[in-house]
This record gives sequence, structure tokens and C-alpha cells, in this order.
Amino acid sequence: MTTELEELYQEVILDHSRRPRNFGEVPEADVRVHGDNPACGDEIHLTAKFGADGSFQDIKFSGHGCAISQASASLMTMKLKGKSRSDAEEMITAFHDLVTDGSSEPPRSLGDLQLLKGVRKFPQRVKCAMLAWRAVEQAMHQQSGESSVSTEIEQ
Amino acid sequence: MHKIAASDVDWETIRNDFPVLNQSVHGHPLIYFDNAASSQKPRAVLDAVRHYYEHDNANVHRGLHALSSRATEAYETSRLVVAEYIGAASEDEIVFTRGTTESINLVAQAWGGRYLRPNDVILLTEMEHHSNLVPWQLLAEKCGAQLRFVPVQEDGTLELDRLDNLLDEKVKIFAFTHVSNSLGTINPVAELCRKARAVGAITIVDAAQSAGHLPVNVQELGCDFLAFSGHKMVGPTGIGVLYGRADVLDAMPPYHGGGEMIISVTLEKSVFKKAPHRFEAGTPNIAGAIGLAAAIHYIEQIGRDRIFQHDSELTRRAEEGLRNIPEMRLIGASNARATLVSFVMSNAHPHDLTTYADQYGLAMRGGHHCNQPLMRKFGLPGTTRASFYFYNTPAEVDRMIEIMAAAARFFS
Repeated sequence: MTTELEELYQEVILDHSRRPRNFGEVPEADVRVHGDNPACGDEIHLTAKFGADGSFQDIKFSGHGCAISQASASLMTMKLKGKSRSDAEEMITAFHDLVTDGSSEPPRSLGDLQLLKGVRKFPQRVKCAMLAWRAVEQAMHQQSGESSVSTEIEQ
Repeated sequence: MHKIAASDVDWETIRNDFPVLNQSVHGHPLIYFDNAASSQKPRAVLDAVRHYYEHDNANVHRGLHALSSRATEAYETSRLVVAEYIGAASEDEIVFTRGTTESINLVAQAWGGRYLRPNDVILLTEMEHHSNLVPWQLLAEKCGAQLRFVPVQEDGTLELDRLDNLLDEKVKIFAFTHVSNSLGTINPVAELCRKARAVGAITIVDAAQSAGHLPVNVQELGCDFLAFSGHKMVGPTGIGVLYGRADVLDAMPPYHGGGEMIISVTLEKSVFKKAPHRFEAGTPNIAGAIGLAAAIHYIEQIGRDRIFQHDSELTRRAEEGLRNIPEMRLIGASNARATLVSFVMSNAHPHDLTTYADQYGLAMRGGHHCNQPLMRKFGLPGTTRASFYFYNTPAEVDRMIEIMAAAARFFS
């Protein structure tokens, strides 16, 4: 067994990919974003409801894909629920750095999301990890209504 | 009659002709099972390309000097080698292209653009690679033609019972693959061509997965066009072939305009060369064509019958081994196939499985294989595909089975 594989597929990640949390749809959601990764076919449907102050009152996802994309979405929704807009924005940047930048130490505020650090050793899998985050970025940008986002616009 | 046997060949020596195979990946010996995507190159091909650049490099068909003559001769000899390899009646039926994709686009735009009318039908199959689907979608949109599809069955074979209904007088062209890149299914090309001809339809065969793997003879198959790529048959990238039967090719207008493809040019109008040069505008991939000819010589020394038998034995071995892993399901596992296995594991997504394999030096393809509609039909996000070639060994297949069994435990 190689260390990189153990780091990438930690028990918590495999658990979230098999039993994703916040899986489903937020009733009367303010915003719906369909995210897809055309390179590999991963799909995420993200729904969210915002409080009066713009914070995430509720957030859920459904979809299908590899363990990395599903675990990342599951952990993300747990983390963002109840978070303010600015906290969420910080989180998005911190997570992107976590999976792409090998030099920096991840901020502790990421919590269990730090477990996805192993992705940085697998550049081809960064898009899988980022899919849900692209969707949530779009959700915050538009605040209401429906839209689509693709990992292929990036890079 | 002497029976051709794979055991006549010294496969170990052949393997040593491929420098790239002799390396470790992530600390493990490389096992290259992504041959359906691209094959590796033997020294003979690398040397041929290098020799051309070191000794004969010049532009073709126009220089009045020694190097240009040698380059032209080498390039045109390669055309003859290709013609003989696929049993074409003449080398004038061989057009050099960048690859299968360009060959198909050439036919769609040049032939389709001239001859298709609104409501004509383009018949395809559900198992086509995107390269034999998207060019026809573009054409249909442009000229108002309709697309029809021969369905694929659960076992990965075409639903041939439906063919007689689908193949009526409205069908003007029938484009289909010889060997499926995602399932490995070998289609009955000669039968499909015969039926198409009976209703007056032109046929184009995507031979990307077959040209280097099994005997292909265009006259025996009875196709009008046939397309394949050099890089999937131990040749260089960026060189491919469009075979077109002489009368069909001659009746087709140019594809790209430019130098090399004209007889005379005035400011208003040009007179074009005959096929095949009419379809080769600009400086061609001379080194690529020379490399492809070297690849063909290499393959012919072994023999396509033997290669097919060797790859089939690896395929059967892989199937048997994978069936012993309870989490494993083979996709489209009909008997009419060779060269590759496509599978899914119940507890691991194809990408996770392929990433896992790579960490043990095992290179496979995971995903939709440029076959999204087919994957959708099978209700799969994709598959993991192990595709074999003559330099692969039974020991490598056994190692793949071990790695897959370990992956099944890892993701459980």
C-alpha cells in the first residue's frame, strides 16, 4: 500500500463518499447550481437557502461521481452551513490552496476538510475536489435562481 | 496449411524493442494497459523518423534538389506501404491526414457537404467514439440531414435485427466503428457494408481500434471509406489515413485549400490535383508518414493474425481473473471481441480505481472513453478499461488482477 493512496483515501473521506451528509435538496431553495466536470462526468446539484444577512441557512447537494468529489461536497456542506458570506469566501480560498498549493500549511479552520490535503499529490484529481466549491462559489455570486457551472471554464 | 500461432513469436524480444516500457512508475514496473488510447513505439519507428530528419529532411513535391527528391520518394513510398497494408487497389486511394478524427471530418465536410440534402439520413451506431459522432452532428445541422442510430445491446453488440428497418433508401451514408473503443466489440463490417450498398448508401469504417490489431482488407470488407491513426498502431502521433475507393474519392471536392493540392492558381480560381493530393493541402506530416510505414513493417513482421491471437489470449485471461473478484462487473462482455476489457467495481468509481492502479504502476483508462451516450445508455458514469497490445504479457495481466483484488479490499 502506498502512502499517497492512504493519504488520498482516508477513512473519513471514504466514509463521506459512501454516506454523504446533507445529501438531497433544500426545500424552497434560493439558489440551485448544477455543477459538472465534463472531463470525467462527475455531477453535483447544489441547493442553498440564505438568511437575511446572506449567511448559509441551509445547504445540500446531490449528484454522483468519484469518492473525492462526493466526499468534498459532503464535507463542504457540513462546514458551510450557518457560515457568513465572508467566512464562506475565506473557506473557498483556503480549500483551493489546500488542494493545489504544496507549500503552505492549511488553516485549522478547515477542520475535517484538511483531510483532503492528499489531493495536492494528484494534480489530475484537483477538479474532482473543487467541483462542489465551484458550484458554491457560483451560488454565492448569483444569490438566487438557477445556473450551471463547469470545471472546464477554469484552467 | 501452416497454422499461424502466437507461440511462434518471441514476445520477450519484441517487448525489448520498446524503450519506454523499461521503467518504473511510483516505484513499480510500468504495466501499460492504455493501448486503446495510444500505443508505444518500437526503436524501428523512432529510428526511421530520426533518420529522415538527420539525412533527408526537405519539403515534398516541389524542390528540384536531392533532399526534396528523397523526402518525396520516402513520403510516397509510405503511401504505397499503407495501400498494401489495407489491401487498397491503388496508392491513390490513400490520403494522409492527422488521424482518424481528421479523416472522418474530411469525409463529413467534403463528401457530406457536396452530396447530402435536407432530410437525407446519416446512419450511425450508439457505440461510436465522439470522433465518429460529432462530425456528423455538425454536418446534419449544416445541411438539414437526420441522424439515426443502430442500438447497442446489453452484451455490447449491435442490434442487427433492427438494421433492415433503419437502413432504408433515405440513408446516404452509414458510419460505424470496426472495433468499439470502450467495449471491444468487433462489428461484422463486411455484412454492414453489403447491406448499406444494397440501399445505395456510402460506408465509412472507423478502424482506429482495428488497423493495428487484426487483419483489415478494404476490398474484402467492401467499404467506401476507412479511417485510422498511426499512433494506435506503434506509429507516431499526428499521422493518420483516410482510405477512399477511387471513384468515390475522385468525385469528392477538396477539403482544405492551399499549396500542394493545386495544379494552377489564378487570382480568381484554382484547378485542383487529383486524389489523393487534392486532399493534402500544405506541407504534410512527412516524418509521420515515414514513421507510419516503419510501424507497418514492424507489425507485418510479427503478423496481424498472431497479434490478434496474442491480444485475444490476454483478454480472455483478464476476463477470467476479473470474474473471480466479486465486486467486479465486466461491461459488454460478448465473445465477439478482443484487445480490451471494460469493467466497473461496485464499491469504487472508475476514477478512484484508475488512480489506485496508477500508484502501482498500472496505466489504465478510467472514464467515459469519449463515449458519453453509450455510458449513459448503460447507466454508468464510465468504466475502467484495460487495453492490450502485443508487447503486454500474461504476467502483467496476472499482476493487474492482483492489484484489482487489492483495490476491491481497499475501497470496501
